[in-house]
Amino acid sequence: MPIFIDRRLNPKDKSLGNRQRFLRRAREELKRDIRDQIRAGKISDVDAEHVVPMPAKGTSEPTFSSASDSGERQHVLPGNKHFVAGNQIPKPSKGGGVGGAGAGTRESQDDFRFVLSREEVLDLFFEDLELPDMVKLNLKEILAYKPRRAGFAPTGSPTNINVGRTMRNSHGRRIALRRPRREELEAIARELAALEAEPPSAATRQRITALREKLEEMERRRRLIAYVDPVDIRFNRFDPQPVPNASAVMFCLMDVSGSMGEREKDLAKRFFVLLHLFLKRRYDRIEIVFIRHTHEAHEVDEETFFYSMQSGGTVVSTALEKMRRIIEERYPSREWNIYAAQASDGDNFATDSERCITLLDGEIMRLCQYFAYIEIIDERESHIFGSTDNGTSLWRAYSAVNLRWPNFQMSRIARASDIYPVFRQLFTRQPALPASG
Amino acid sequence: MQRNAARSDLLFSGSDWNFRTLSRVYDEIAALAVEELHLDTYPVQMEIISSEQMLDAYSSVGMPLMYPHWSFGKHFLYQQLLYRKGGRGLAYELVINSDPCIVYLMEENTMALQALVTAHAALGHNHFFKNNYLFRQWTDAGAILGYLDFAKGYIANCEERHGADAVEAILDAAHALMEQGVFRYRRPPKLSSEKEREGIRERLEYEERSYNDLWRTLPRSKGGDGTGETDGGMAERKKSLNLPEENLLYFLEKNSLVLEPWQREILRIVRTIAQYFYPQRQTQVMNEGCATFVHYTLMNALFDRGRISEGAMLEILGNHSNVIFQPAFDDPRFSGINPYALGLAMMQDIQRISMEPTAEDRDWFPGIAGNGDWRETLLDAWANHRDESFIQQYLSPALIRKSRFFLLDDVAEKSHYEVASIHDERGYATIRSALARAYDIGASRPDVQIVDVDLLGERHLHLEHKVAGDVLLDEAACDATLRHIRTLWGYKVSLAGIDAKTGAKVYERSINQT
Repeated sequence: MPIFIDRRLNPKDKSLGNRQRFLRRAREELKRDIRDQIRAGKISDVDAEHVVPMPAKGTSEPTFSSASDSGERQHVLPGNKHFVAGNQIPKPSKGGGVGGAGAGTRESQDDFRFVLSREEVLDLFFEDLELPDMVKLNLKEILAYKPRRAGFAPTGSPTNINVGRTMRNSHGRRIALRRPRREELEAIARELAALEAEPPSAATRQRITALREKLEEMERRRRLIAYVDPVDIRFNRFDPQPVPNASAVMFCLMDVSGSMGEREKDLAKRFFVLLHLFLKRRYDRIEIVFIRHTHEAHEVDEETFFYSMQSGGTVVSTALEKMRRIIEERYPSREWNIYAAQASDGDNFATDSERCITLLDGEIMRLCQYFAYIEIIDERESHIFGSTDNGTSLWRAYSAVNLRWPNFQMSRIARASDIYPVFRQLFTRQPALPASG
Repeated sequence: MQRNAARSDLLFSGSDWNFRTLSRVYDEIAALAVEELHLDTYPVQMEIISSEQMLDAYSSVGMPLMYPHWSFGKHFLYQQLLYRKGGRGLAYELVINSDPCIVYLMEENTMALQALVTAHAALGHNHFFKNNYLFRQWTDAGAILGYLDFAKGYIANCEERHGADAVEAILDAAHALMEQGVFRYRRPPKLSSEKEREGIRERLEYEERSYNDLWRTLPRSKGGDGTGETDGGMAERKKSLNLPEENLLYFLEKNSLVLEPWQREILRIVRTIAQYFYPQRQTQVMNEGCATFVHYTLMNALFDRGRISEGAMLEILGNHSNVIFQPAFDDPRFSGINPYALGLAMMQDIQRISMEPTAEDRDWFPGIAGNGDWRETLLDAWANHRDESFIQQYLSPALIRKSRFFLLDDVAEKSHYEVASIHDERGYATIRSALARAYDIGASRPDVQIVDVDLLGERHLHLEHKVAGDVLLDEAACDATLRHIRTLWGYKVSLAGIDAKTGAKVYERSINQT
């Protein structure tokens, strides 16, 4: 008789700690990989699992091992079909092949892709944005669900019994199965009593026996057919439903004229991604509109937005104008929470900045929950501009708007860690549920 | 039991298992194993685990307890990937060479499979662990779990005291040298966990205080002949340090100048675990062959006695033939010689030779051919061989013909393989020796040893790689490994490749900075 131990209930994930150690070790490389994926992928894809290749650096486990391309070896193989001693077999063009099984498995062990969970991806993504922990928590949190009534179910907990529905079922069943009602029983009992009071005769005796039998049968029926049977019982069914949130639309505005290079676009994209993540936490449904502009503005898809080049001058107001028109046509502010994020290098056509002010002040700022403007500057310029108010014409124009509207945010960004402060205000205000209309 | 017997002789019916059936089946099989095969086993402890737990166990080299390290996380990801893709099924069982012998059973297995696994692991592997000379001499089954527990606790303690990064650095370096961290020839001292734990502090203190040859700054022979510090001195130094030394981890643990006591203890832990697994790596074919032979024989015996239903037997045979499937070399599924298949085939061949030998067998195996006692012959083989010697001793021409083995010469510079031998009269002996050599760990792993230390100068550590058959080391991996040695040694490290035949120096690499 052996000893038995049932370990099935022991904690699983015994190797979770090792996984974390591994991820920590490969952190830099994984981070770069995630960043590349974010750069190449869609904004809304960030918030999901990612498949990444095994990082090559830092995770190799070197040992003294033989080089497969040197020396003399012998291999014993099974399944000879027609070879005789002295035959020559050409080697397969690539390494490995016939005898290299040992070397082959080692290579594949280090060269595979694995899945990072959503939390791990966000951790890596957030790392050099330098978000405060509280904010990270806020972003990673899963939506709250609220139970909602959703019809009836035959199973459930006793507290959820729906009495009305249960009694209705019971009533129908009693009728269908002809369960004797109490009144009928009482009527027969009364008649029986009356008959028994009368002087006995053959006819009454017969009648009494018949009535007794009938009464007995009815009572048996009543016992057999329960008043409320388990099959009648219905429970209120509750469905977890996400807490109702209004929808939001996020406008991404970007200058795509020649002065915006790869670095600028990459920073802009990370800014948009972060805003999208923030909004996604707060709203059930979120749409993104991409507007790019040079001296004229177009609504484009994400691909074109980030990757295609266009030449031309820079007239910012065209983008604002375009945004206003789209809001008018498709996103009435009664139904949508409107967020806008604009990225630019600050260039603007000389007199156009005035027109931007008018557009913002006049209409757009009233419609928007939040308007964020980021100006992407060279890292070398960052300490020159620092916090001073002088700068490009667009910057000066927007500074005026900034003073008038609390939901306007503007910032200069020279590196990834500058992005977060733009959002700080959004979070300190923390509007419970944005009042619409 | 009696009720059951009255109904039928079947041990179980249907595919569901429960603990009563498992226990009944084990008792029955164990009794049969003694009767039919004269097996001698450790007591058994069966643990039921789920598939996730099996994956967990995979990643920590199959041990129930293991210290944490990132490489186990990496292996886990790899195993998980294979499993998710369906590329590899999980093992149905896992068995640990300990006393009592721990057998993991997966809860998903059907009852027929559990019976098969019981015979395979709880009896086959168990008998092998208990009786094979390598395991008897080199591992201490009773103490391994206690030792792992100690190791895990000790390393956790070190992480707390010295930081996880410092511990990780030492473990990385030690893992790189695991292959060179075993005694191949010298028998290691027995490990006993209780004493180990008691004596650990004493030993460390003693080592700190003790006289270390490397710390000596004055030439020893100062009084007499002041000029003797040349060849004689070198020989003496080598002798006092036991050089050359094949166990790199052992040498570094004992003689490194830069390691702290806890770092030495970690090296010792890694070395002990490497040593524990060393016999398993030398006896793959025999171990699996023995277990497969045992389950095949016992399951058939049970079936012949009417204790297993035909349905269950079909399932068992289906699994059995999957396990011993050996595709030919040109099959896309080919990934080397299947140790289960080779082991089982050789053991069944031994059975045949001792019962119904042909004239050829009498020529090749005069000792056992027709001796009429296959049980004793097999028990003797299981107890006294490792893969290399087992193949060299027992691979018969009949089996070489049956498997159609052939031998390829592979010279790296040539664009052709050349068929050196096939299954004919001239080829049998060559093929047999070549296959045996392929299973000789000592010959197939690079032979790297510490040959000298420049004590009086800059403490330069000299390693030597015996280059056999012109097979060089992979350069990138070699440099990375040398850097790990550099970390543990603290001073310059160099590796010279010396041709095993001619003694000429083939190459030299050295690492001065980590």
